[in-house]
Amino acid sequence: MTTTVTPGRTDRAGSGESVGTKDARGRLPRIPDRIRHGGLPYLLLLPAVVLELLVHLIPMVIGIAMSFRQLTQFYIRNWGQAPWAAFDNYRVAVDFDAPIGRALLHSFYVTCLFSVLAVGLSWLFGVAAAIMMQENFRGRGLLRAVFLTPYALPVYAAVITWAFMFQRDNGLINHVLHDQLGLTDQPSFWLIGDNSFVALVVVAVWKSWPFAFLILMAGLQNIPRELYEAAAIDGAGVWQQIRKITLPSLRPVNQVLVLVLFLWTFNDFNTPYVLFGRAAPEAADLISIHIYQSSFVTWNFGSGSAMSVLLLLFLLLVTAVYLLLTSRGRKTADA
Amino acid sequence: MPRPPSSPTAPPRSFRWTRRIVLTFLSAFALLPVYVMLSSSLKPLQDVSGKFQWIPSGFTIRPYIDIWDTVPLARYFLNSLVVAGAATVLSVVIAVFAAYAVSRYRFRGRRVFTVTVLSTQMFPGILFLLPLFLIFVNIGNTTGIALYGSRGGLILTYLTFSLPFSIWMLIGYFDSIPRDLDEAAMVDGCGALGALFRIVVPAAVPGIVAVAVYAFMTAWGEVLFASVMTNDTTRTLSVGLQGYATQNDVYWNQVMAASLVVSVPVVAGFLLLQRYLVAGLTAGAVK
Amino acid sequence: MRTSRAALAVTVVTALAAVTACGGGTSTDGGGSNESPKTLTYWASNQGPSVEADKKILTPELKKFEEQTGIKVKLEVIPWSDLLNRILAATTSGQGPDVLNIGNTWSASLQATGALLPWDQKSFDAIGGRDRFVASAVASAGAEGKDPAAVPLYSLAYALYYNKKMFADAGISQPPTTWDQLVADGKKISKDGKWALGAEGGNLANNIHQVFVLGKQHGADFFDSSGKPTFTSDGAVAAVKQYVDFMAKDKIVAPGNAEYAQNQSLQDFARGKTAMVLWQAAASTFAAQGMKPADWGVAPVPVPAGTPGTGQNTNSMVAGINMAVFKNTKNADGAKKFVKFMTSDAEQKLLNKTYGSIPPVKAAQQDPAFSAPDLKVLRDTLATSAAPLPQVPTESQFETAVGTAVKELWADAAAGRPVTTESVKDRLAKAQQQMQQ
Repeated sequence: MTTTVTPGRTDRAGSGESVGTKDARGRLPRIPDRIRHGGLPYLLLLPAVVLELLVHLIPMVIGIAMSFRQLTQFYIRNWGQAPWAAFDNYRVAVDFDAPIGRALLHSFYVTCLFSVLAVGLSWLFGVAAAIMMQENFRGRGLLRAVFLTPYALPVYAAVITWAFMFQRDNGLINHVLHDQLGLTDQPSFWLIGDNSFVALVVVAVWKSWPFAFLILMAGLQNIPRELYEAAAIDGAGVWQQIRKITLPSLRPVNQVLVLVLFLWTFNDFNTPYVLFGRAAPEAADLISIHIYQSSFVTWNFGSGSAMSVLLLLFLLLVTAVYLLLTSRGRKTADA
Repeated sequence: MPRPPSSPTAPPRSFRWTRRIVLTFLSAFALLPVYVMLSSSLKPLQDVSGKFQWIPSGFTIRPYIDIWDTVPLARYFLNSLVVAGAATVLSVVIAVFAAYAVSRYRFRGRRVFTVTVLSTQMFPGILFLLPLFLIFVNIGNTTGIALYGSRGGLILTYLTFSLPFSIWMLIGYFDSIPRDLDEAAMVDGCGALGALFRIVVPAAVPGIVAVAVYAFMTAWGEVLFASVMTNDTTRTLSVGLQGYATQNDVYWNQVMAASLVVSVPVVAGFLLLQRYLVAGLTAGAVK
Repeated sequence: MRTSRAALAVTVVTALAAVTACGGGTSTDGGGSNESPKTLTYWASNQGPSVEADKKILTPELKKFEEQTGIKVKLEVIPWSDLLNRILAATTSGQGPDVLNIGNTWSASLQATGALLPWDQKSFDAIGGRDRFVASAVASAGAEGKDPAAVPLYSLAYALYYNKKMFADAGISQPPTTWDQLVADGKKISKDGKWALGAEGGNLANNIHQVFVLGKQHGADFFDSSGKPTFTSDGAVAAVKQYVDFMAKDKIVAPGNAEYAQNQSLQDFARGKTAMVLWQAAASTFAAQGMKPADWGVAPVPVPAGTPGTGQNTNSMVAGINMAVFKNTKNADGAKKFVKFMTSDAEQKLLNKTYGSIPPVKAAQQDPAFSAPDLKVLRDTLATSAAPLPQVPTESQFETAVGTAVKELWADAAAGRPVTTESVKDRLAKAQQQMQQ
């Protein structure tokens, strides 16, 4: 069977002979030979490296330095003079018997559950939409734009609208669930109490599935038609083709997509902040809000940074394990 | 319904029905808040916060007139467009270069680069917001390049937000374009960059468009950094829209009207771009 | 080879970090310089109906100031959602405005950063003396015993707004003056989908303002004299319980109010769904919601017994905006001149009239505009029975911790879970444990 071919490899042969012979018109200025071999890749990477260094890496180093200091409102004007706190900020954050540590741990659990659910659903919606729209039908282009609409609306306005819809007394959700369908005895609260977790997941999925759709749709374009044709000749139906060709071929795209979705969802700040304000209900107390409270709201940047660094370490660990597992998966699939 | 020629067998009923149901559900999910926005934006303020009705009773287009006076919406919109547009172009160009290097060359530090770049996605924004601000201020003080409070600073920030994912996505795309193609082009006398622009980029159009859309939206929607790094003249939409909510009054209808107005050009852009999302490879390499 | 390159990279990064991380506070620490005497940057808070409206209101005044002094003021009106973060960023980097508005509850916290110019005797004399201002307003500009970090600019107090028709329909002739009366009246009103009192259960600051005043009435402060939190004192617990009991026990607040955080209670009031709200200056909002001025009345916020006064008869916090000078200013003299201008009798009358607030300047208060029925209540409250929120550096932590506790208690009440002295005390104990330092 040839159905497990992954397009994510460079050594695919046998399709390019006819193309490579044209395209000799108009040369670009030659790059000096000296850097052509050794230097060129570095030159190409240079802008990316410089910018990442400036905007991400150096600030992060500073952030880590902050986490070792007692950086409260008394010292933010001159960080150098903030007392050295060594691991005090960390000790407070991971002391799970004390309230601050316990709250952080709770928030961590909530965030994990939230991320898994939101990423899972976003991916599911995205992949369903992408596959269903792989084939042309009338209105496909319009539908594509419709699906990307949640992505185009300004985050603040979109989330505020959801908050509007989730209101207990006047919102659309309760209007439908309670008034029209009669599913509940009492109108439920969605923005406070335990339901707030549901509300948060719904909004997060609504916001991020179009991205999954976008990326997966582009990913589908890379699957050679011949694979489907061959499978069809072998007698495979649509569902089988999806299972045997489409999904395995999306593997390399999925690998990055799922990871990145996870990282964003985990760190998402805007959604809970606009939905719940600066104090999220306990059931939906995401870690980003928690850290914001521990730094900006309470003016204790040392403690907030320490929590951020812990978060960073956790995410690094998750990513490393994830990449290890999925890469091995890819290798076995290739073999 | 016309069948595309490449599909050898018509999809079975079960598939078509599933498709209908799934796509209907997803459209409803995607558009429900848009409908609420639209209907709220056409109500007088005192009706907006009343009990929800599918068909609104009051109707006015007043909010669409008032939005321009309550906040300088046009300026915010222009700022957002400039910032997001520039960040997108720069991000895509830089990502194409970087991804090409990683995809086509084996060099020392390649693995370190890709992993480090991806890891920058893990930094909580809160952690480096203030340090970044400090760096911008210090650059301004020592070199006179005003990054703080300017669109330039925001462009730099946003383009690096989208850069890591863009690079990773494009590496995947470039990897899937047969190497023989650009090697042949190089043999024909195109330099490495010639091969990149003549062969690789055209073949990767769907990926590049997807990445560009993503980069644009990242910059378009960001709130936290924009709220600290912009001032009156450079404020972007995502922050500026909050100006409709003052301490005592929240102009719900205007928030919704303004959001819809500014989203129309973006959705129109999607409509124009969406066919490129599926064009590339089939036309280029594989056939 | 490999390790040395890595080491080099680390060194470069750290060196860069060190260069850039040394803060921005390079300017003089003593109290600003006078390097650029001809310009000022002013960050105004959003006081009017919109940012644009504020610009239109302030620009002519800034012109006047320029004509008088030759100093050009660059104005930026900053929405409340951004203001504190902008100030924090300015404080850490030293790159900020010359003059700025701050919410008066931030005063002590910002004072602790040392970013604001202290207003000592001499500086106050330069703007006409400390005595020109209402004492409670000055008390809300910094910690007790220290030179204030700012000067009061606009002041407000809480009042009880009531719907005249709903009162008449329920057979109530006078607005309540004590809480017992309010509850009794409330029970008459609360039926058939109508409710007596509105609350913003999800709004932390509002929760704090209300329980702070109730706390005062129970003889409790939320901090002791040394600045240590005392959230679980009997008085504090009783105050919080009394507030949430309006919903849990007395049933005069609609359950839906537990999630309100966007001024929905004002909308309910304007739509005749609730008969009373406790608010600062709601007139313009009611008008925007389509309610006529004749339909509502204003009365002082109730007290336990007797009439509003000091101590246990306090019935409002001192709300308002203060004006501060940023220590890193390059035009310290000009900045003070500008503060003097903005707190002058004429400007105070004009600006406070426009914004519907009360001037903290005594002389300006005498203007007949501030004797209109609704503003008179606010003015008298401010003068006689308002107290500033605790002026401690950890004020914002207090607001978040206790405000959240009250929010969670509202949620309990709305869900029908019992709100008992123990459950209130538990929540407050948790809040107190979250206070660091």
